[in-house]
Amino acid sequence: MSVQPAPGIVDATARASLWLQPHRIILIAVALALFAAAAFFMRWDWIPQYYDLALQGLWRTIWILVVTVILGFMLAVPLGLAQAAGPRWLAWPAQAFCTVIRGTPLLLQLWLLYYGLGSLFPQFPWIRQSELWPYLRQAWPYAVLSLTISYAAYEGEVMRGAFAGVPRGQLEAARAYGMSRWKVFRRIWMPQAFFRALPTLAGETVLQLKATPLVATITVVDIYAVASRVRQDTFIVYEPLLLLALIYLIITGIIVFAFKKIEARIPVRVA
Amino acid sequence: MLRGLFNSVQIAVGAFGIGLLIGTGGAYGKLYGGPVMRDLLEVYTTIVRAVPELVLILLLYFAGTDLINRVLEAMGYARIDVNGLVAGIWVLAFVQGAYATEVIRGAILSVPQGQIEAARAYGMSPGMMLRRITLPAMLPFAIPGLANLWLIATKDTALLAIVGFNELTQETRTAAGQTKAYFTFFMAAGALYLALTLVSNVIIARIERWSRRGTPSVAGGGR
Amino acid sequence: MQNILKAAAAALILTASGISFANAEEVKIGFSPEAYPPFYSADASGNWTGWEVDIVNAICEEAKFDCVMTPIPWDGLIPGLTTKKIDAIMNSMSITAEREKTIAFSNKYYNTPTAIVGPKGESFGATPEDLKGKILGVQVSTVHSAYAKKHFTDAAEIKEYQTQDEANQDLAAGRIDATQADSIALDAFLQSDQGKECCDLKGYVAEDLEILGPGVGAGVRKEDTELKEKINAAIKAIRDNGKYDEITKKYFDFDIYGS
Repeated sequence: MSVQPAPGIVDATARASLWLQPHRIILIAVALALFAAAAFFMRWDWIPQYYDLALQGLWRTIWILVVTVILGFMLAVPLGLAQAAGPRWLAWPAQAFCTVIRGTPLLLQLWLLYYGLGSLFPQFPWIRQSELWPYLRQAWPYAVLSLTISYAAYEGEVMRGAFAGVPRGQLEAARAYGMSRWKVFRRIWMPQAFFRALPTLAGETVLQLKATPLVATITVVDIYAVASRVRQDTFIVYEPLLLLALIYLIITGIIVFAFKKIEARIPVRVA
Repeated sequence: MLRGLFNSVQIAVGAFGIGLLIGTGGAYGKLYGGPVMRDLLEVYTTIVRAVPELVLILLLYFAGTDLINRVLEAMGYARIDVNGLVAGIWVLAFVQGAYATEVIRGAILSVPQGQIEAARAYGMSPGMMLRRITLPAMLPFAIPGLANLWLIATKDTALLAIVGFNELTQETRTAAGQTKAYFTFFMAAGALYLALTLVSNVIIARIERWSRRGTPSVAGGGR
Repeated sequence: MQNILKAAAAALILTASGISFANAEEVKIGFSPEAYPPFYSADASGNWTGWEVDIVNAICEEAKFDCVMTPIPWDGLIPGLTTKKIDAIMNSMSITAEREKTIAFSNKYYNTPTAIVGPKGESFGATPEDLKGKILGVQVSTVHSAYAKKHFTDAAEIKEYQTQDEANQDLAAGRIDATQADSIALDAFLQSDQGKECCDLKGYVAEDLEILGPGVGAGVRKEDTELKEKINAAIKAIRDNGKYDEITKKYFDFDIYGS
């Protein structure tokens, strides 16, 4: 009995050899050479000094990303639902909200919230006496708030399409089975809409990652702010920025990969 | 502030225009170029779409002009002074180009193959084919994506505030710092951006209707 | 490949109508487009005025430079200088050992003490013990942020701002407890309506020549010794011929040149 290689392995090697065409090998070699040259000829002696700070910054970037994506999505569901199926007095404000947020730059929203509101505080002494003041005086709540709002507005628009895209018939069938409205939403409408939105969700999350460095402009020390500090302290311009770009590339890769995994696990196929 | 708005619009138009050119070239390269070309373009679009615009702007703004000057000096030319407006346009165009490449590539792919084959059968040269068949036929497919890109371009100009360019957001900040009326000024700037978006939306809807003339109506138009 | 390069270069030059070829007498003076009164401030139409602007003009006139004011954000000034985006920095930049590793400085053209400002109604001074547990705002990559990092790190939380104006703004909003900066710049803030209402001077920080440096000078590239000498000569000339005092009188009632 001859030994047959498992079909999966044949597939994988065939695909690998297809992917690894000669020119690709040369390109990869060039890339590696560039990388080695960068590692060798550029200045990296500042890394040990800023290592701890960079880890903190990285953690803060990821923390802000995860929190705002989750909060933003939770806001996006009602926003999408209101626009897709709500009565007019709900749909209209939701739509206006999405248009306004999507129509203005995030940087401006962030500054409006932080410096704009901040400049109003001195007029209201009671705010400073309130319990919330220790939080209000820090920068991160504004960062989280504005990033959440922005994500909610963009994702709300996606969810509107997703909710509207679920075939009417399915919802009617569920109703005919005697499911309550809430149950229909929970079991049929929401999951289907979610699966529909999933491919765009990955893209929106990458966009959200790309928006996080803006919070550095309101004194939140994220990974971008750390790179700026290296630049300002040592006057080394390119190296920190290149490393920063690499870090963002890796995070993006992880996000895309994670969403692919989730997508692959979806049981139902959406037409 | 109006001067800032004018600068913003100028950059957005410039960046969008050049981005379109890069995008068209990129899409053609990706579809019909050699394997090396295709891979390089893939690297370009992947990197630009994964790295924050802010980081790219800083990198290109400082490094890009420096690099151009070094190349010019190496080739024996006098160094040139790239002013903020031009640098801003090119940097944003570079970013826009990557997105435009993907949009236009998708649009060209949606042109029925038969039309292109028919054009080839008529003996059209590739350039003529591009002008007479591919571009007009792909336009309805590309416009929703490109419209989105245009809106992104107008908003991305705000990022140039970080490199000290006097566009709308930066002018607003200066004015607000001067008068201490931060809230009012940021609100006003927001209204200006919003107006820009809404006006654009109206124009885009017109263009879309115009580009679809003579084609059967397609349900839904991108996102 | 050649063709592509040529086409790219042509496209670049065509679209970049704003590009101008630098000529010999032109000196691009880099400054950060932020309100830093009374040295730099923008009027309603966006023109820059102030003591330092006048001094820059006087120096340029004296040295017969064709000066072009080039706005670059504060933290991009030194990279901008080394990459030849600008030729000289005249933006209240203190002469320090750290900066002299990268660029050269002309002689000083003013020198003033460093102060700490905090909200009214709280009394504290400018020593590490006084600032214990407080949040101190400074502008990034200034002598003040370097000083705060060296002397106040253990006592206070240090928050860095892109511009001094934003630090002042957050002080008025109560987000920080104190800010450290040049005494004259802070004085201008305290004279403003907002500053008058919220804050007052808490004290001057202890001298540290190594960090705070001998004063403010014009930053130039290390290899540009000729430019540096010309600026030095111009500073001396306007000090001698009374032009410096004339400008100073418009803004201050004392000589800010320092001893």
